[in-house]
Amino acid sequence: MAQFHTKEMVDYGTNVVGGVVPGKGGATVQGIPVFNTVKEAVAATGADASLVFVPPPFAADSIMEAADGGIRYCVCITDGIPAQDMIRVKRYMMRYPRERRMVLTGPNCAGTISPGKALLGIMPSHIYLPGPVGIVGRSGTLGYEAAQQLKERGIGVSTSVGIGGDPINGSSFRDILERFEADPDTHIICMIGEIGGPQEAEAAAYIQEHMKKPVIAYIAGLTAPKGRTMGHAGAIISAFGESASEKVEILSAAGVTVAENPSVIGETVARVMARKAA
Amino acid sequence: MDIHEYQAKEILAKFGVTVPPGALAYSPEQAAYRARELGGNRWIVKAQVHAGGRGKAGGVKLCNSDHEIQDATNAMFGQKLVTHQTGPEGKGIYRVYVETAVEFNREIYLGFVLDRSSQRVMIVASSEGGMEIEEISENRPDSIIRATVEPAVGLQDFQAREIAYNLGIPPALTQQMVRTLQGCYRAFRELDATMVEINPLVITSDDRILALDAKMTFDTSALFRHPHVAELRDKSQEDPRESRAADRGLAYIGLTGNIGCIVNGAGLAMATMDTIKLAGGEPANFLDIGGGATPERVAKAFRLVMSDTSVQAILVNIFAGINRCDWVAEGVVQALTANPVDVPVIVRLAGTNVEEGQAILAKSGLPIICANTLMEAAERSVMAWKNDRLQNTKVRSVC
Repeated sequence: MAQFHTKEMVDYGTNVVGGVVPGKGGATVQGIPVFNTVKEAVAATGADASLVFVPPPFAADSIMEAADGGIRYCVCITDGIPAQDMIRVKRYMMRYPRERRMVLTGPNCAGTISPGKALLGIMPSHIYLPGPVGIVGRSGTLGYEAAQQLKERGIGVSTSVGIGGDPINGSSFRDILERFEADPDTHIICMIGEIGGPQEAEAAAYIQEHMKKPVIAYIAGLTAPKGRTMGHAGAIISAFGESASEKVEILSAAGVTVAENPSVIGETVARVMARKAA
Repeated sequence: MDIHEYQAKEILAKFGVTVPPGALAYSPEQAAYRARELGGNRWIVKAQVHAGGRGKAGGVKLCNSDHEIQDATNAMFGQKLVTHQTGPEGKGIYRVYVETAVEFNREIYLGFVLDRSSQRVMIVASSEGGMEIEEISENRPDSIIRATVEPAVGLQDFQAREIAYNLGIPPALTQQMVRTLQGCYRAFRELDATMVEINPLVITSDDRILALDAKMTFDTSALFRHPHVAELRDKSQEDPRESRAADRGLAYIGLTGNIGCIVNGAGLAMATMDTIKLAGGEPANFLDIGGGATPERVAKAFRLVMSDTSVQAILVNIFAGINRCDWVAEGVVQALTANPVDVPVIVRLAGTNVEEGQAILAKSGLPIICANTLMEAAERSVMAWKNDRLQNTKVRSVC
């Protein structure tokens, strides 16, 4: 799987400089050198970003190795990492001073893409046009749905970031919104949320107090029953404020334009863009 | 993954939490026998089901004799216990726990959860034990004490003492309380739990702190490294459709509507259910077939959805990203040819090669309705479901 997606990334123009597989150091795959450790790979190639495809029992260890090895941006695709492993990963990352600290997105995400520039993930690159919309979301295919709807309207994406479907994640909505607010290439943001967890509400507070760029959101799970895990480990309504309708209310109150169904995400972004231009 | 009260107590006892003497029974005669083994003359008999609210539903009984135990358990075994947490179907009672009755003076609420805001293990405690935590947070929120655990060092004794003092635990019992808290935290951490709840934790009249009830839930993603915990699974407490799905590696949740769903991706699956509702229908299930819509997976998904006899239409929504729509269409055709269904099937494909995929579906001769957008797919499913009902469908086979 890693090999397939590496080829996609390279074909897209991403500067993939090495792979890390303990025990396979010295080999070359698709013309790319393989190393035993992240430290070796970074020393030999100057790599500063990393994509983790490692299976759940070993993924947390790999993320920590990346943090320790000098990687600055790590995306973890892996679905099924134990929650307490992720608590330890987050704690481990704080070991490094802010200037040297790694940024993590995921786990259980599709990755990050800046159309026309680079792909660090498993999303299908052809559904993204380069443009002014920043996408941030918890769901892979629902995120693709949004990108595709935008493309059909000729609207492009600056960067799309998957933050993943797990309860303990590397970056929250708020973390990515902060980056989009400071990004000169992003002029409007599309947020794809779902039931479970406090991060949409946290984002609403941030948007209200700190953001000038317009935000559109769609929140999945209006029909999800309470207390059941809907696929994603983090998609469970277990506290007040975690249902889709509560999140829609909180976001709307913060000035976010909420798309009323998933088929009109693109249309809603187009409408807000037209209003902004007017 | 949930486990029974008696299993949680067994686990917590190993970690140093004091629990009342108790024993499991699988029949009324065995329940009486267990009581005699335990000795004494007052016992609590508790239905073992994966749900709270058992007391109010008649699942917990105080008994003073052999006779009372047999009568109480006779009324329980094989029955469905319906509590406010089980839904109207209730959960089957196949195991009963007989415990020595204990005199107590105070009830405390104690819970350990994964707090997503701080991304830490959090302890939640309240001197309003016996009430459910939702009730406590609504009616007595000021009584709730919280503490988060620093993952680098674990629960520190000073934190445990602070909780004890804030709960007003008598100073002579502080050490016991600290041991209890530490035991619960260690069990939570070492076994990868997502929840440990003791409600109530009591102080007995002879000054012992013990767990009168115990609930533990485990992180499904971590079960691979806890085979002994995985063994505690009790399928009799699960929806059989969901057990079947889990055993086949599919994420499935049974709901109460008539329109079955097959989708790739949890977020897209939830969005699909939402759109069906908006179009005037009710989803019969949540189903995420994950990445890789191969013919085998699609076939498994159809069989699973059709095992729900209330399904009267199926909406398939696949966003083919890396896979192409024509491959996915081949998979759907293969699946439906090998295992025909006799309800309308509405397919919405998106991603690469959509037209090629739709052409394959049209040529197959199968009764498939195509849609371009998710809203269209939902509307057509609802229409097809309504029309199908009007035409009096014949007897259906379960695939």
